[in-house]
Amino acid sequence: MANPNGIGAAVRRREDFRFLTGQGTYTDDIDRPGQTYAYILRSPHAHARIRGIDLSGVSDAPGVVAIYTGQDMAADGVKSLPCGWLIHSRDGSPMKEPAHMPLAVDKVRHVGDSVAVVIARTRGQAQDAAERIVVDYEELPAVIDMNATLAPGATSVHDDVPGNLCYDWHLGDEAAVDAAFAKAAHVTKLDLVNQRLVPNAMEPRVAIGEYDRATGEHTLYTTSQNPHVIRLLMGAFVLGIPEHKLRVVAPDVGGGFGSKIFHYAEEAIVTWASRRAGVPVKWTSDRSEAFLTDAHGRDHLTHAELALDADGTFLGLRVRTTANMGAYLSTFSTSIPTYLYATLLAGQYRTPAIYAEVKAVFTTTTPVDAYRGAGRPEACYVIERLVDNAARELGIDKAEIRRRNFIPADAFPYATPVALTYDTGRFDICLDEALKMIDYDGFPARRAEAKARGKLRGIGLSSYIEACGIAPSNVAGALGARAGLYESAEVRFHPTGSVTVFTGSHSHGQSHETTFAQIVADKFGIPIETVEIVHGDTAKVPFGMGSYGSRSLAVGGSAIVKAIDKVVNKAKKIAAHMLEAAETDIEFSDGRFTVAGTDKSLGIGDIALSAYVPHNFPLDELEPGLDEQAFYDPKNFTYPNGTQVCEVEIDPDTGTTRIVNFVAADDFGRVINPMVVEGQVHGGIVQGIGQALFEHAVYDPESGQLLTGSYMDYCMPRADDLPSLQVTYHEEAPCTHNPLGVKGCGEAGTIGGAAAVMNAVVDALAEFGVGHIDMPATPEKVWRVIQAGKMPMAAE
Amino acid sequence: MYGFDYHRPGSVADAAALLAKTEDAKLLAGGQTLIPTLKQRLAQPSDLVDLGRIPELKGIREEAGGLTIGAMTTHAEVASSPVVAGVIPALAQLAGLIGDRQVRSRGTLGGSICNNDPAADYPAGLVGLGATVRTSRREIAAEDFFTGMFETALEPDEIVVAVHFPKPDRAGYAKFRNPASRYAMVGVFVAQRGAEVRVAVTGAGPSVFRAGAMEDALAKGFDPAALDGATVDADGLNGDIHASAEYRAHLVGVMAKRAVAACG
Amino acid sequence: MPTVSMTVNGKSVTGEVEGRTLLVQFLRENLHLTGTHVGCDTSQCGACVVHVDGASVKSCTIFALQADGASVTTIEGLAAPDGTLHPMQAAFREHHGLQCGFCTPGMVMSAVDLARRDPDLTERSVREGLEGNICRCTGYHNIVKAVLAGAEAMKVTAEAAE
Repeated sequence: MANPNGIGAAVRRREDFRFLTGQGTYTDDIDRPGQTYAYILRSPHAHARIRGIDLSGVSDAPGVVAIYTGQDMAADGVKSLPCGWLIHSRDGSPMKEPAHMPLAVDKVRHVGDSVAVVIARTRGQAQDAAERIVVDYEELPAVIDMNATLAPGATSVHDDVPGNLCYDWHLGDEAAVDAAFAKAAHVTKLDLVNQRLVPNAMEPRVAIGEYDRATGEHTLYTTSQNPHVIRLLMGAFVLGIPEHKLRVVAPDVGGGFGSKIFHYAEEAIVTWASRRAGVPVKWTSDRSEAFLTDAHGRDHLTHAELALDADGTFLGLRVRTTANMGAYLSTFSTSIPTYLYATLLAGQYRTPAIYAEVKAVFTTTTPVDAYRGAGRPEACYVIERLVDNAARELGIDKAEIRRRNFIPADAFPYATPVALTYDTGRFDICLDEALKMIDYDGFPARRAEAKARGKLRGIGLSSYIEACGIAPSNVAGALGARAGLYESAEVRFHPTGSVTVFTGSHSHGQSHETTFAQIVADKFGIPIETVEIVHGDTAKVPFGMGSYGSRSLAVGGSAIVKAIDKVVNKAKKIAAHMLEAAETDIEFSDGRFTVAGTDKSLGIGDIALSAYVPHNFPLDELEPGLDEQAFYDPKNFTYPNGTQVCEVEIDPDTGTTRIVNFVAADDFGRVINPMVVEGQVHGGIVQGIGQALFEHAVYDPESGQLLTGSYMDYCMPRADDLPSLQVTYHEEAPCTHNPLGVKGCGEAGTIGGAAAVMNAVVDALAEFGVGHIDMPATPEKVWRVIQAGKMPMAAE
Repeated sequence: MYGFDYHRPGSVADAAALLAKTEDAKLLAGGQTLIPTLKQRLAQPSDLVDLGRIPELKGIREEAGGLTIGAMTTHAEVASSPVVAGVIPALAQLAGLIGDRQVRSRGTLGGSICNNDPAADYPAGLVGLGATVRTSRREIAAEDFFTGMFETALEPDEIVVAVHFPKPDRAGYAKFRNPASRYAMVGVFVAQRGAEVRVAVTGAGPSVFRAGAMEDALAKGFDPAALDGATVDADGLNGDIHASAEYRAHLVGVMAKRAVAACG
Repeated sequence: MPTVSMTVNGKSVTGEVEGRTLLVQFLRENLHLTGTHVGCDTSQCGACVVHVDGASVKSCTIFALQADGASVTTIEGLAAPDGTLHPMQAAFREHHGLQCGFCTPGMVMSAVDLARRDPDLTERSVREGLEGNICRCTGYHNIVKAVLAGAEAMKVTAEAAE
C-alpha cells in the first residue's frame, strides 16, 4: 500500500503554517538577555592604507559598551578567514592566499571592508558613536577592471601578491584541441562577459554572539546554510575555539542561493566580541550593507571558440577565462571558476577535445563566490551561446545541431575530456519534450505575426547539464578541497513510534521538513505526522556539510536512507528476538516485520517500544535503543540536465525585451515531491532571467564605488517583469549510484536560464546582423544594436 | 536615522508657525522619499512637522471646470478617484504609475512636487496641464514652481496647500520606467487645451521641461505621426548607468508619440 | 519619549517611542510581532507590508507616531484565533507560493489588500499589483497562482458571511 505522503506525492509543506502566520524564527527574531548591538564601521574607499584610527571621544558616546579595531583582534590572536579550496597553477605552484582579517589591519581593499566595530545598548547608539571615529586613510588607486589588474605596473591589491594573479590554472588536452581546430571546417568564436551579480536572499545576514562565562561556551546564531562548516572554519582557523565549546545555530534562514555558505567576518567579530565585552552582541545587516559585503557571484571575462566540421559535429572547444575573486578569497571562491566551471564544458555533447585556461585575479571589489549554479551557469552560457551561434552560422536548425552532438543514451557511463564521468542521461527526451511544449514548429508563424505588430520575436534553446550532489570526498580532496563533502543523518525512533531525524543538510527554502519526512514516512511505512526533521544546530545534529550545490537530497537524503536502513536492520534483530525467529527470516514491509512464510508479525511501533523497554533482551547480543547515525559520501556527482526554451519579443522602438514563453523539461532522476521540484525550477529560472535581462553589479572604474548598491539601481526581477512558466520532468534516467536515484533540482533553472534567454534575444536581433549582446540585455543595449544594424523595419 | 522631535499640527497655520520658529525643521508629507533619506542618514532635521492630520490639505474637488487636489491627497486616492477619472483621466493614470501600491497609499501630491525629484511623475502632469500650485502664501504657476533638480520656488516656511489643474480637451501620459527603481527614466505628459499644446518631460533632464519643437509640431496636427522628426537635444539630458542622454532623448520621442496616442 | 497608541490585530496597544521609531520597529521590538520583516532600506522589497486602516503600506516607511490611533493588521492577525488560516494564507500553502518564507508575510498582506480592492483579478493585474513585493525564491509563478485562488476563496467566504 503506497504511503499517501510518501515518495512521489505532492505533499503540502509542513513548514508553511509557521511562515504563513508570522511565526518563523529567523535570526533577527532572536534576542538574548542583555543583548547589545554591533555597528561595523566600513571603508568608504575602494583601496586605502589605514594610517591611524582616532577613537577619542567614541567611548563617551551614549550607550557605548566597547569599541574594537583590527589591531585589537590581531593582538588577541585572531587569524585570517580561511579559503576552503586550494588550487594549483599550471606550473604546480599553489594559489596566492593573502590574509583576510575580520577587521582590516593595514589596508582596506573594497568599499564596505570592515574597519572597526562599535558595541552599544541600541543599534542607533552604536551607529551614532561610530560616526565619531576618525580614520586616517591614505587613498590608493582602485583596481576594478579585470584586464587592467593583470597589466604590468598595475597597483597591487595585496602587497604580498604583486601582479594580482591568484592562480593561472588549466584543464584538458591543449594539443588535442589544437589538432581539432586545425582540421575544422568552421570555427565559431565569442567574447563573453558573465557579469557580476548580487545574490540578494531576501533575509539580510544577521549574527549574534553569546559567551557563557560559567561554562566557557560560545554560541553563534547566524544566517547560514551550513552551521557545522562555520563552526569548523571559525573555531579552528579564526578564533581558536574548540568544537566542544562552540555551538552554531542557523534557525529559519530566509534564502541563501550560495551567499550564506561562506564564513563571514561579522560571525567572527560578534563571537569574539561577546567574550571580550562580556555581553551578547547582535549584528543585523541592512540591505545597503548586504550589497557591499555579501559575496557576489559570477564575474567572468571569457573568450571561447568551438571547432566544427561541415555537418555541425563539434570537434573541439577552447575557452580562456579571467575570473574575478574580488579583494579577498571567500570560502569557496577558488573552486567556482575551476572545478565547478571548466569541468562542465562538455555540456551534453560528445566534444572530443576541450581545453580551458582560467586566471583568477584580485581587484578592489567585494569578494566573489558561489551564487546559485556557481560556475555551472557560466559554463552553460559559454557552451550554449556558442552552439546557437554555430547553428546560425552553419545554417543548421538549433535543435538539430544539439541532437547531432548529444551524448547518446547508450554511451553512459560517459567520460568527458574534462575530468567528469556522467553516469546516465536521456538528453533527447528533454529536448523533444521542451520543443513540444513551446510548439517549436509553430515559431515561424508566431514570428511573422509579431512582425506584423512591429515586434521582433526570437527563440532560444539551452541544453544544460550540471554536476551536483557535491561531492565524493576523495574526488574533491584530490582536486584541492580542504573539507570532506559527505552528509550526516541521525534517525531516532522513539519508544511510542514517532521519529526525529537530525540532518546535516540545512533548509532555507528547500522544503526539507516536508521532502525528508516523506522519505522517512515512506521507508518506515508510518504516517508523516509522526516524523520531525531537525536541522541547523551543531548542538543537536551530527557533523554535516550543509546545503549548496543541489546536494541536500542526493547526499543528505541518501544519508537519511542509510540511517533508516541501519534502524531497520536493528529492528529486524529485535523482531527476530521477539518473534523467536532467525534474523534472516525477518522481512520488513509497510511498517511490519514478518517471519517469512508465516503470519507472525510485529509493527515497527511494537519493536520501538520494546527497544526502549528491553525487559528480556539478550543483552550480550542485542543492544537496547533504536537510534542510528549514518554518514553518506557519494560515489560520484549527480548530473541533472534538461533543455529550456525561451521565446522573447522585442519592442524595436525602445529596445525592451519581454519574455512571452518559457518552458523547461528536466531530468532530476527520481522526484520525491513534484510540487517542491517545480517550485525550485521556477525560482531558478527567474534568477537566470534576472541575469539575462535585469541584474548587474556595476562598479565605478575610477572611484571603485558600487553604483548599484540598492534596489533603486540593482534591478531585481519583479512579478510584472515575468511570464508564467511551463515546466516538466522525466524519470527515465535515475541516478545510478545513490539509493534514492535522485539528482538534485535546486540550481537547474538558473544554470540553463540565462543562456536560453540570451539565445532568444540574439535570435530576435539576428536580422540586424547581431551575433552577440552582453548580459543584461537592457533596453538601451538592445536599442543600440538595432540602431547599429540600420534598422530596416519602419517605426510604428 | 538621527533623532528628531516630531510634531503633528492640526492646521496649516500651526504647521507654518512650527516651520518658522525651528531652524532645521522639515515637513513630513507621505514620507515615501523622506523616510528612506533619513534612514540613510542623508538628512538631519531637528524637527519633523507631520502634515498628515490637517483636514484642509486633503481632498479632490471639481473647481472652475478643472480639478483642485489637496496637497496631502495620496497617489492611490487620485488614481482611484471617479472625479479625477471623469475630468482628467490622464492624471489618474499618472498617479497609478507612481511607485508601487504601498507607496501610492502613503505618498502624496504635495510631497512629490515639493521634493521635485528629476524622475518623479507629477511634475510632468503639473507642467503639462498648466497647473497652479496654491501655497500658504500665494499661487505659483507650475512652470515657475519647479526651478531645478530637487529645487522649487517655495520659501523656507511656505507650505503647499493644493494644486489646481485646468481641464484639458485631451491629455495623455506615457512613462518608460527605470526597471529597478520604477521611477520615470522618461515620462512625457501631453495635453491640448484649445489651440495650446503642452509636452512636458520628466526623468530626462535635471528637472521637468517642455519640449517646444514637439509642441509646435503637435499644434499643427495632433497626431503621433506629427512628431516624426521632432526631437529633443541630448545635450543637457541625464546620463547614468541605466540610460545615456542619447537614449533618453530617443525615448522622449517614443513616449511623446505614445502619450499622444493615449489621448485617444 | 512620546507615547503612541493604536489597535494592532484587534487589541489596543500603547508604547513609548522615539520620533524616529518606525512602525515596523514598534511592531517587532515593542510588541514582539516578528512576523513583519525588513528586507531592504529603500522601501522596495515589501517584506514589511502591513495594513494600516485597511490599506497596505510598507511599515518600514511610516513612523510609529504617524499610525497613532490607527488600526493595524499584521500577518499575525490574519488567521482565525483557532489557527484556521485566512483563505489567502491557505491558498499560498496549497499552491506552494512560498519557499524560504521571508517575503511571505508582506506578500500575503499585499495579496489580501489586492483581492479586497479588485474582485476580478487576472494574472496580469496580480503581477502588476505585486510589483512592490520582491521574492527571490519562487519566481512568482506559484505566488500568482496562489493569489488568484486566494482571491476566489475570499469571495466565497465573503458571500457565505452575507
